[in-house]
Amino acid sequence: MLDQTPQQPLVSIENLRVEFDGESGPIVGVKDVSFTVNPGETVCVVGESGSGKSVTSLSLLRLVEFGGGRIVSGRLWFRPGEGEAIDLAQMPAEKMIDLRGDRIGMIFQEPMTALNPVFTIGRQLTDGLRRHRGLPASEADARAIELLREVRLPEPERRLRQYPHELSGGMRQRVVIAMAMACRPQLLIADEPTTALDVTIQAEILGLIKRLKREFGMAVLFITHDMAVVAQLADRVVVMRHGEKVEDGPVERIFADPQADYTKALLASVPKLGEMRGKLAPEPLRIPGAPEPAAQKPASRSETGRAVLSVKGLTTRFPVKGGLLRRVVANVHAVENVSFELGHGETLALVGESGCGKSTTARSILRLVEPTSGDVVMDGQDILGLDAGGLRRARRNMQMVFQDPFASLNPFMRLRKQVAEPILNFDLARGSELDDRIAFLFDRVGLPRDFMRRFPHELSGGQRQRVAIARALSVNPKLIIADEAVSALDVSVQAQVLNLLMELQAEFGLSYLFISHDMAVVERVSHRVGVMYLGRIVEIGSRADIFEDPRHSYTRALLAGVPIADPTKRTLKESIEFKPLPSPVFPVGEARPAPVYEEVAPGHFVLGNE
Amino acid sequence: MRKFLSAKALIGLALVLTVVAVAILAPFFIAPERATQMVMSARLQPPSLAYPLGTDQLGRDLLARVMLGAQTSLMIAVLAVGMSIVLGLPLGIISGYFGGRIDNVLMRIIDALLSFPALLLALTISAVLGPNLQNTIIAIGIAFTPFLARIVRGEALRVVQMPYVEAARAAGTRDVQMILRHILPNIMPALIVQATISLAFAVLAEAALSFLGLGTQPPMASWGLMIQASRQFLDLAPWTALVPGAALAITILGLNLLGDVLRDVLDPRVR
Repeated sequence: MLDQTPQQPLVSIENLRVEFDGESGPIVGVKDVSFTVNPGETVCVVGESGSGKSVTSLSLLRLVEFGGGRIVSGRLWFRPGEGEAIDLAQMPAEKMIDLRGDRIGMIFQEPMTALNPVFTIGRQLTDGLRRHRGLPASEADARAIELLREVRLPEPERRLRQYPHELSGGMRQRVVIAMAMACRPQLLIADEPTTALDVTIQAEILGLIKRLKREFGMAVLFITHDMAVVAQLADRVVVMRHGEKVEDGPVERIFADPQADYTKALLASVPKLGEMRGKLAPEPLRIPGAPEPAAQKPASRSETGRAVLSVKGLTTRFPVKGGLLRRVVANVHAVENVSFELGHGETLALVGESGCGKSTTARSILRLVEPTSGDVVMDGQDILGLDAGGLRRARRNMQMVFQDPFASLNPFMRLRKQVAEPILNFDLARGSELDDRIAFLFDRVGLPRDFMRRFPHELSGGQRQRVAIARALSVNPKLIIADEAVSALDVSVQAQVLNLLMELQAEFGLSYLFISHDMAVVERVSHRVGVMYLGRIVEIGSRADIFEDPRHSYTRALLAGVPIADPTKRTLKESIEFKPLPSPVFPVGEARPAPVYEEVAPGHFVLGNE
Repeated sequence: MRKFLSAKALIGLALVLTVVAVAILAPFFIAPERATQMVMSARLQPPSLAYPLGTDQLGRDLLARVMLGAQTSLMIAVLAVGMSIVLGLPLGIISGYFGGRIDNVLMRIIDALLSFPALLLALTISAVLGPNLQNTIIAIGIAFTPFLARIVRGEALRVVQMPYVEAARAAGTRDVQMILRHILPNIMPALIVQATISLAFAVLAEAALSFLGLGTQPPMASWGLMIQASRQFLDLAPWTALVPGAALAITILGLNLLGDVLRDVLDPRVR
């Protein structure tokens, strides 16, 4: 690197300002942002929602205009090939079409929607080649197969004739990358390309991007909210907030010696896998500027001796109907013979990738879906044997916090009413007692009391999740099931909500069943951890057992896939071991063998039979 | 509140209020006989000082007829749509909320009703019950019910699977409360839009029934009857169709504008 002549930057963004039309005048999306991308360099733009990171990248392709935005001022210098730099901000729209997908490729967040469902993979891949390179169909096909090989998609010839729905999420994202790579772009823009993917697939996609960048000397502009991904991938980092650049610099400097307070706060909010090593109890995150959080208690199951929740052999299957008569032709085995116990004041985390049955387990326990068989005993009461009235009363003891804070609150109801609803349902308080209780709950979850009169849309995601927590707390439950309760939140907000959950646990002795896909978060909050795969628990034990002494191969793969928020520890593998998830659909009457667990250490069980 | 004061809202409100005011106040200012009084010497007169909007083929004053007819047309439309909501809303909510067998049975009945054109259904009902004002309302009300029930059911199905409904269920909310607090408010926007569109169609349906002799009976004045009566004289006296047509158009435009605004006002997200 040192003996090279000083490079001309490939992209140079100067004082970019983008505005959107609002109801009362223009809204500034990006203001006065400048940074450069050198050839062959990976620049990560990192920030939370609303920081303007996506708008900046979309401006470079001038796609922001299709979303109602306007580039008001600033220059977007881009150097195609060996020629002179051109200002993309001044380019006529027809000329931009020639650049998009040719010199600059783009990967989007949602692999499920970035491909058109009615065209074959081959058709979509060769589109750009025919448009930009004028290749005849046969040559374009050959090139498409070559591209699919480059992104390590197995059986590329067959894939060309397949439709997007026939491919898994990870495979689709590879196709999207292949499309972006088709014309050998000088710059690849990736807008949160792994956010919607599971960790093991995320690791593969990140490794793939890294390898393609090295092989083809391509520059990458990578947009993400995930500091761990930044640490693994970036050469340089641009931190953004509220449409402005906070700071930029080489990745090692940003992580080792952040200058801006915001960068420091962002780094402190990220739970880092492995930093809980040797600690007995969960520990709140330290947020700069916030008071020092109180320490958590170790698991206290031994204190009471009895489990709050005991689940045995829980099985939930969904019928797949088919044929003219809509007969049941197969069953989806969503939850398969799951057993565990949850103690008083304890957090049990269920982790696993999408489709592993962790959410269905949670919903089966509350009987929001009806389990096929098994036993659920909550506080000495058999939940599955209850009639409708009994179930309603039993639910007072177990409440749930859902993933999406935008959808789990009724948009037509004031917040006070939403928090009061469970109390009124069980007639626990009335009149001034009710008012006091609600005021206490709002205070306790850290919301101003004047929010009571507001509607959900007036709140941010984190505030809404606090309302959802207040609602769950309102009936003094013993158990709270948190189904991906922090996954949809920005990292700094996520840290606050996690700390709140831990404080509430210490204060009220709550038990949590914490459903999550995020290993680093799970390591922070849980006393015990169960790892789920294809509807079964493959390994369960204390947090230390799972994170420090994982025995099952799947647990190890899951841990290995987690990116580490430390640029000096890069673990991304450029080679890919492709293992598609097996299908959980089984023929009617198929009985899977009962799981046999081996106790490798006290309380640490590993599935012995697959 | 800002939304409620937009130009669209003010125009819609002004149009609807005007029509309603005319419908209510006209009988106090214009003797009902004016609408039925025939002046054979003044048949098919174009608008003039004596007859500001002209006369029809029987020499009746169109201004008087259109103003008095507003009451008949609006009353039939409002009552018929009101009836279809009273019948269709519970049907749709029960079907969408409870699902399963109830839904299957109710929806097959609705499908059977939908397989007849709404007008044919109204025609049949009106013919069976006998043509008069009251039966016209019943006929249109029943004929519109399946459409409304279908839309309510679709909305209920959408709302039922929202996480906030699941959250409320997990919080021990009973079915009745669930429907009143969570389902109903969230299907209101769609219901209001459908109701305003239905009002416009009900005015037209009344006109069609009247034309076939199964709705309002002459010599009573209604916009539908007036439009139908004008069809033979379109080339000679186009105003005979234009006057009630314009009244109809103004009413429908006003209702649609108001419906849009009402939907926005009721939704706290856009208020």
